[in-house]
Amino acid sequence: MMMTKVVMTGNYAQSYAAKLARAQVVAAYPITPQTSIVEKIAEFVAKGQFDTQYIKVESEHSAMQACISEAALGSRTYTATSSQGLLLMHELLFWAAGQRAPVVMGVVNRAVAPPWTIWTDHTDSMAQRDTGWIQYYCESNQEVLDTVLQAYHVAESTDVLLPAMVMEDAFFLSHTVEAVDVPPQEKVDGFIPPKRSPWILELGKEKKLGSFMMPDVYMEFRYNVARGMMAARKRVLEADEEFERRFGRNHGGLLPEYKCDDADVVLMTIGTASCTAREVIDEMRREGKKVGLARMRVFRPFPQDEVQRLASHVRALGVLDRSWGFGFSGPLYTEVAGAAYQGRHKPLMKDYVTGIGGRDITPPVLRGIFTDLLGLKEGAQETDWVGLRRPEKEVLRNA
Amino acid sequence: MKTFKSYADVPEAPLADVPSSEEKTSGWRSNRPVVDLKNCTKCYLCWKYCPDVAIAINGEGWPEVKYDYCKGCGICAEECARDCIVMEKEV
Repeated sequence: MMMTKVVMTGNYAQSYAAKLARAQVVAAYPITPQTSIVEKIAEFVAKGQFDTQYIKVESEHSAMQACISEAALGSRTYTATSSQGLLLMHELLFWAAGQRAPVVMGVVNRAVAPPWTIWTDHTDSMAQRDTGWIQYYCESNQEVLDTVLQAYHVAESTDVLLPAMVMEDAFFLSHTVEAVDVPPQEKVDGFIPPKRSPWILELGKEKKLGSFMMPDVYMEFRYNVARGMMAARKRVLEADEEFERRFGRNHGGLLPEYKCDDADVVLMTIGTASCTAREVIDEMRREGKKVGLARMRVFRPFPQDEVQRLASHVRALGVLDRSWGFGFSGPLYTEVAGAAYQGRHKPLMKDYVTGIGGRDITPPVLRGIFTDLLGLKEGAQETDWVGLRRPEKEVLRNA
Repeated sequence: MKTFKSYADVPEAPLADVPSSEEKTSGWRSNRPVVDLKNCTKCYLCWKYCPDVAIAINGEGWPEVKYDYCKGCGICAEECARDCIVMEKEV
């Protein structure tokens, strides 16, 4: 097989993937740290390497509307954003899902203001949980490129027809270079051939999109979005398997596991913290400690069966949240605990909140979390903000 | 009007076969704009400001209210520079 390795950032992996997917429309609005995605696409277009309708819009709200409208005409669309930009899109994210527009969007996870910051955490995309978007979180630049392609495969399935966002951690992926295999165009064409949406608007046929609905039918429309998302669970797994058949690699489906089979305790992570965690697990395994990792690759649709299976055979399950739901817990913890509660065996659980606003999640931080998990007892506190600078008195009490 | 027995009968996207021009909204109105063309200069401010495209320009270039769609908001009367439009109570 002809392979081309290119050294590129996670952002360029998004741009290459949009080009390989032959997105017919790209809506572009800049925001740090996303900007280099649409800049690279602009460069492809300027050099005549990417035949797309490149629309420069005046806001992220308009970027999403441009994609939704173009999808209504049957176009394959792509856009990308971050943080405040994603938050400004919020209203239209519901429109995309409700209108069954299979838009694919790159999201560079950046913490939310105030205070102003550009570093990573997952607050921006976690806040979009209920919009009806499929949500992928990546841990390498290769995975970013491959997942954008897989996202089209899933989003455009006729039993799904929902938009998908592909997340990458700001700077750890967005601006860090790795060797990435860029698959040949004809192989990508075979994997995601252009699809005709079953309900698009056409010239000469009078239709009205986004109609007003009365209570006698609105509920059924929303249930159909729920059905699309349920179907996406199977389609995500199929897309990853089909990708492996064609390209020789997969990314572990919904919830890839690492050394979980015989693990006493498992830590659940999202994004780039996972790579560091695997290093720490290897070290601790050499010391005879039975620790494992599960990486939440797909947060929506939620891998409920996989979480329950995992929860059934571990003593303690830790969750690393890189965002916080004010008033209760980290969003990942809530979801994992909710799924585990419905299983037969309920492991001890703890929420480790760390890496907020780009604070480094280093090997010693993760070793501390695993050590805490190994010693976790019934009735222990359920949440810890790891690495938080605290008053001296509080440190002593916690110790 | 169609009736739906189950979610399976509902179209996938909220896409209606009937265009919005079929939805007459005159019943929303409690005041109607009445245009006196005597002082009208065909400046078309009323046409420009109507938020519902309910003012048409006829073959002779005069503004004409489309009463099937006008909701009676009164913006045209407010904006008219020559005070040609008055709002009258619907009876």
